[in-house]
Amino acid sequence: MEQPQSDARRRIYWRENLRWMAIFGTIWFAVSLGCGVLWVEPLNQIQMGGFKLGFWFAQQGAIYTFIVLIFAYARVMARLEERLGLEEPDE
Amino acid sequence: MSLTETTYWVVGASFALYIIIAIRARAGSTQEFYVAGGGIHPVANGMATAADWMSAASFISMAGLIGLSYNGYGGSVFLMGWTGGYVILAMLIAPYLRKYGKFTVPEFIGDRYYSSAARVVAVICLIICSVTYVIGQMKGIGVAFSRFLETDYETGLLSGMVIVFFYAVLGGMKGITYTQIAQFCVLIFAYTVPAIFISLQLTGQPIPQLGLGSTLADGTYLLHKLDQILLDLGFQEYTTSVRGSTLNMAAFTASLMIGTAGLPHVIIRFFTVPTVRAARTSAGWALVFIAILYTTAPAVAAMARLNIIQTLQPEPGQHLAINERPAWFKNWEQTGLLGIEDKNADGLIQYSADPVTNELVTLDNDILVLANPEIANLPNWVIALVAAGGLAAALSTAAGLLLAISSAISHDLLKRTFMPAISERQELMASRLAMAAAVLGAGYLGLNPPGFAAGTVALAFGLAAASLFPALLLGIFSKRVTREGAILGMLAGIGVTLAYVFQHKGIMFIPGTSFLGDLPPNWFLGIEPNGFGVVGALVNFAVALGVTRITSPPPDSVRELVDDIRVPVSPRAI
Repeated sequence: MEQPQSDARRRIYWRENLRWMAIFGTIWFAVSLGCGVLWVEPLNQIQMGGFKLGFWFAQQGAIYTFIVLIFAYARVMARLEERLGLEEPDE
Repeated sequence: MSLTETTYWVVGASFALYIIIAIRARAGSTQEFYVAGGGIHPVANGMATAADWMSAASFISMAGLIGLSYNGYGGSVFLMGWTGGYVILAMLIAPYLRKYGKFTVPEFIGDRYYSSAARVVAVICLIICSVTYVIGQMKGIGVAFSRFLETDYETGLLSGMVIVFFYAVLGGMKGITYTQIAQFCVLIFAYTVPAIFISLQLTGQPIPQLGLGSTLADGTYLLHKLDQILLDLGFQEYTTSVRGSTLNMAAFTASLMIGTAGLPHVIIRFFTVPTVRAARTSAGWALVFIAILYTTAPAVAAMARLNIIQTLQPEPGQHLAINERPAWFKNWEQTGLLGIEDKNADGLIQYSADPVTNELVTLDNDILVLANPEIANLPNWVIALVAAGGLAAALSTAAGLLLAISSAISHDLLKRTFMPAISERQELMASRLAMAAAVLGAGYLGLNPPGFAAGTVALAFGLAAASLFPALLLGIFSKRVTREGAILGMLAGIGVTLAYVFQHKGIMFIPGTSFLGDLPPNWFLGIEPNGFGVVGALVNFAVALGVTRITSPPPDSVRELVDDIRVPVSPRAI
């Protein structure tokens, strides 16, 4: 009884993990290769303080977003592990 | 106290600190030597990773690359590429390799692809990437010494080698981790202090990241002013000048990103934290510490460029007289980083984008960071700090690379492949000897740099992106990819990337052997050689998946291994 249950929980964990990766991966792509490279010209028409917006994403904004993404991912995964009873014992 | 004396004191004090840490952090077991015992706090590991990551190139050259060679916006490839990789690392690589819980990257590839041949191919790829990278660090150490301490290049390089030898051979990963934490503090302080001063002087804003978007004393925005001045001088606009094409910028950025996630000396840092959860947060902390420098660098780039132009040309049409040039200008001319030639013999320096009339004939990228404190009239101790910071950046990265190389040799080649019978004590001794040999080898290559040493750091990323990254990713996310697929994929990826680089830059970078010439019209889809890693990675994926379809599937044990590393706790433990 115990074994199939834990197998099911492991499958849910991995499926949820892939879903979060897809969400955060899309944002990752959008702020760097998207806003910083592919769509930089239209974004540069927008002025934010002394920055053209596309230039700001390429040299500042993408990096700040990356930090938020990693901590957000770490947080949702830790919660998921808690919910499914898959968290590691603290060392 | 003279500048040289101050510099000796500051650099000497930083070296003494590294040695004290090394003596206190000796490694007593292979686990301590390879992964620092596996109990490093995630924030501490983040700091060590940041120092491991930020090399002499990041510290000394990057602001100049952005501000000068890549003329502003084009340099964004480095900023996004060298930070965006951490998101991939945190989501796709680090947690699973931490769960796997062994010592090296080739070890994982060997186990996942149930093959000693795969392990040996991974070791070869690792050594090719890491050696091209470490040569640049050794040169950085020699150059930093010779510029700041007025020693010759060889003496500088040997002094650096002695320090690395001492703490890397004695302490392995444990010694390297604690010295890297100290080195991070030195280098980040040394980078931000001059940046804060230059930002204050130009914009009145102490935070350089905000100063970049602030107004100058005359009320115009700094970036507008810089755009305008550069256009007047015949350059492209600073905030919009694309490097090559949009596709080239995207490929270059992507290559640096996935290369970051595939470089073994970065990955093994995540083997030192206690849990999978800690591996994720540690990647976040690493990026926080890296971002302090990486968001400051574009501000330094724009501000120092503006400062240099305004020194040469205080008002449009007004030029600096050669015999009135400031002291720092003359000092850096002696090092060959700045050079002027009065082509029209009017006694003035005319700076422009036109190579025929431009009289600032040499303007090295490194000058932006190195001369920054002097241009801003900062006190001697700040200049001395920049020297110590540059050395800390080069030493910490060199040590991390050397550990990756030596553990691949002692653990993957000796213990796991050729001499499985050796005891732990013998392996620890072997790892120390391998480290000693790696330090001496890197020193030799630093003293006799092969012709291709310059500009190879970006190449190391392309090679890692094309060889190790796809093998790791497929190993975690697919249970079906076979050993034949992985081996041929790695060989194809690294092969096609090397071939592309060689055909444009010369075989082994020997000038004259490049049969297609280093010319943009011959570039594949307009992608420059340094940005080709992403194409190599795609080739690797295609070959690995294609070969997998025609080879027999991996054994059940491999499927169990993959299931096991995907979840933080093993099935039996639940």
